[in-house]
Amino acid sequence: MHSHVGPEPIDVARITEMVMRAGNGGIATFIGTVRDFADGSAVVGMEYSAYLQMARKELAAIVAEAAAAAPETDIAAVHRIGELTVGDVSIAIAAGHAHRGPAFDACRYVIEEAKRRVPIWKREHYASGRSEWVVPPHAPTDAPAAAPPRGD
Amino acid sequence: MDTTVDITVRLFAAYADAVGASHTTVRVPEPATVGTLRTALASLSSRLPPRPIIAVNAEYAGDEQRITERDEVAVIPPVSGG
Repeated sequence: MHSHVGPEPIDVARITEMVMRAGNGGIATFIGTVRDFADGSAVVGMEYSAYLQMARKELAAIVAEAAAAAPETDIAAVHRIGELTVGDVSIAIAAGHAHRGPAFDACRYVIEEAKRRVPIWKREHYASGRSEWVVPPHAPTDAPAAAPPRGD
Repeated sequence: MDTTVDITVRLFAAYADAVGASHTTVRVPEPATVGTLRTALASLSSRLPPRPIIAVNAEYAGDEQRITERDEVAVIPPVSGG
């Protein structure tokens, strides 16, 4: 298992190679990149900031959960932070398993949970010169009575 | 006797902008919990939600969790990574 959050550019080939081994007949990958539009506005770049210590811990926990759900799955997940431009890779996830089903499932689990739980925030820079923190459409602004549910 | 404790909280992203700082100190009545901290935070900025998400020592925390001045406490805006 491998996970990391940091400013280094993401080497997708390297992330994929981390989960390739003789027994893994299926490798699923998810690559997230900076898109050039949001809600009808032209986007020229994106700043990602993190509560780094917690983001690393939370991403590692998510990877461990995905691995526990499907034994014999290899997973690597990396999230980049800092100033990114359009087309830059912000997140890459690779999952390897003997068969494609568990590989796809693990990859999907990691991206969905990462978007829900890892304390990383992005600020879009628009062509107009404006910048705004992104508020995800379904994000709760208030905490539930208990801690946010863990993905289990 | 009413006693209080000063809790230093970390702020990130939109919340750091709202308060104008990446750290701030909030006075909370003893015994301090995440719940009483949430109440105290309400006075900090009208741009914070009434019940912001809180992490204690880099773990999401619920209302009942006790906190001391030695804990690392953070106010977590809605996350938007990916």
